[in-house]
Amino acid sequence: MRFLNQIVAVTRLNILNLPQRIATSVVAIVGVTAVVLVFAAVLSMAKGFERTLTAAGSDDVAIVLRSGATSEMMSGFSHEQTQQIANLPGVRRDGDRPVSSAELFVIVDVPKIKTGKDANVPFRGVDASAFGVRDDVRIVDGRMFETGKNELIVGRGAQLEFAGLETGATVRFGRVDWEVVGAFTAGGSVSESEIWTDTPVLQDAYRRGASYQSVRVRLDSPESFAAFSDALASDPRFDVDVYTERDWYASQAEATAGFIRLLGYPVTFLMAIGAVFGALNSMYASVSSRGTEIATLRALGFGPVAVLVSTIIESTLLALVGGLVGGALAFVVFNGFRVSTLGSSFSQVVFDFAVTPDLLTQGIVVALIIGFVGGFLPALRAARLPVAQALREL
Amino acid sequence: MSEILAELRGVSRSYQKGKEKVEVLHELDMDIPVGDFVAIMGPSGSGKTTLLNMLGGLDRPTSGTVKVGGAELSSMSNNQLSNWRSTHVGFVFQFYNLLPVLTAQKNVELPLLLTNFSAKERAERAAIALDIVGLADRARHRPAELSGGQEQRVAIARAIVSDPTLLLCDEPTGDLDRETADEILKLLQVLNSEHGKTIVMVTHDAQAAEYAKRTLHVDKGQLESRAAA
Repeated sequence: MRFLNQIVAVTRLNILNLPQRIATSVVAIVGVTAVVLVFAAVLSMAKGFERTLTAAGSDDVAIVLRSGATSEMMSGFSHEQTQQIANLPGVRRDGDRPVSSAELFVIVDVPKIKTGKDANVPFRGVDASAFGVRDDVRIVDGRMFETGKNELIVGRGAQLEFAGLETGATVRFGRVDWEVVGAFTAGGSVSESEIWTDTPVLQDAYRRGASYQSVRVRLDSPESFAAFSDALASDPRFDVDVYTERDWYASQAEATAGFIRLLGYPVTFLMAIGAVFGALNSMYASVSSRGTEIATLRALGFGPVAVLVSTIIESTLLALVGGLVGGALAFVVFNGFRVSTLGSSFSQVVFDFAVTPDLLTQGIVVALIIGFVGGFLPALRAARLPVAQALREL
Repeated sequence: MSEILAELRGVSRSYQKGKEKVEVLHELDMDIPVGDFVAIMGPSGSGKTTLLNMLGGLDRPTSGTVKVGGAELSSMSNNQLSNWRSTHVGFVFQFYNLLPVLTAQKNVELPLLLTNFSAKERAERAAIALDIVGLADRARHRPAELSGGQEQRVAIARAIVSDPTLLLCDEPTGDLDRETADEILKLLQVLNSEHGKTIVMVTHDAQAAEYAKRTLHVDKGQLESRAAA
């Protein structure tokens, strides 16, 4: 109890003294703020990208690609194969029809609204049952395209990011003009970055014959994946890879999110080193300016460990303030900030920065580490202060 | 014969200053009886403050022993010395060393944070100490709102609040005018005669030394004793 009293008392004195050392304290706080801001901003990009790609990830939807294909662009199926796949065990049926969607995936150039520069936008040919193999897809503006017509619907994310995709607009992709007849949402998932049309129309426009690139099927249940996968593996007609939708998106997200993290962590680390020096400077100034006060407390009987701990607490509290400010700034400025970047299919994925609670927690932990490291050496100096000598230095 | 409170035997203290070894105290012997009020005088650099720091456990002898109240200070660890100081010694400094961000009351309560007293008990004891030094009505003032004499009274209240046996005063009137200095010295006399505090006071001021029961002269790290006038 006495020891705690000492720590509380000395810490309180340190904090009460802060206004007298406001400049160095603010420098330390700003340093930590910058670190947490950059940390949260960069990693919120990775987080948002991951969240967008995995938002629609479902365990009872399977995606089938040609063996070895790491993206839909590299895959290919005939019409006959897509029908055979759709009729394998484990696939849910709606009456006599399997719930499946054989899809074609091409890339079109559309200028970004912000820069006016062309970007690769996914243009997907889907079956009427595409809505059945995706969760939360809804038309929010206009209507669904009609089969056999040069009509398309646009994901909400793509509509907000790319120019000329408003409902009612006409755009030219490939050799034909297309009418934008509606917009859809898909629970914030990657599908919202895409443009959809009727598969046969897209095949015709891009001279793809009757080829497809992926098959999505709705399974009877998540447990049916094993039966479906086994059926594909044991059937000599197929040489394919199959994933649950959740696993597929997770693998697609990993490369880009991993790359962003690869940038984010070293940048944070380097900035943190700078912030540690800021904290060191602030705390050395603090200990120096309070030398007589510390010596007086030591003369009164306050122990060296109490002085050490309270100095570290002061540094950590300053860093905590910096961390909270940095986290709050990151949340206000970056959370929900919409951008697009190249995904693994060489096409743009529109996503929002996501400053999530766990990111903020990590940012605060980084701040506390900076505070602790920055406070430790000055605290050691304070605790080892030669009392008799410091009392003379008035 | 009076009981001895503090006993120094063969105390030497030297410092390394660059390549040179400076000896501040040289094989000094001294006894301070319980209830004594002793003034220590001497020229600058004679070792007065170093001697006071030895008695307060703020410094350690290079050789020799320092015993206060039966405790051998020279063999204690830093933590043990801190604990010992909190219960056995009160310090009064020339420039008061009050903490500017705390009120007089909170300054006086500081040493009691090292005890197991409750907040209420701490407040009561601090109020009594402030009353003893005549500053009960200034309890809520911060040091900047007090005169030099009042600040020193608060410092004295802080020194006596945990009821130590020994008061160590380093030039307690060095920063005060004559009249205020006399008031502080009279207060020290009262604490000695009525409250039984043993007081060791370092001073340059011969008039201040006259308030003590006896005066010791330190010169070149050694002691010369004579009765007070």
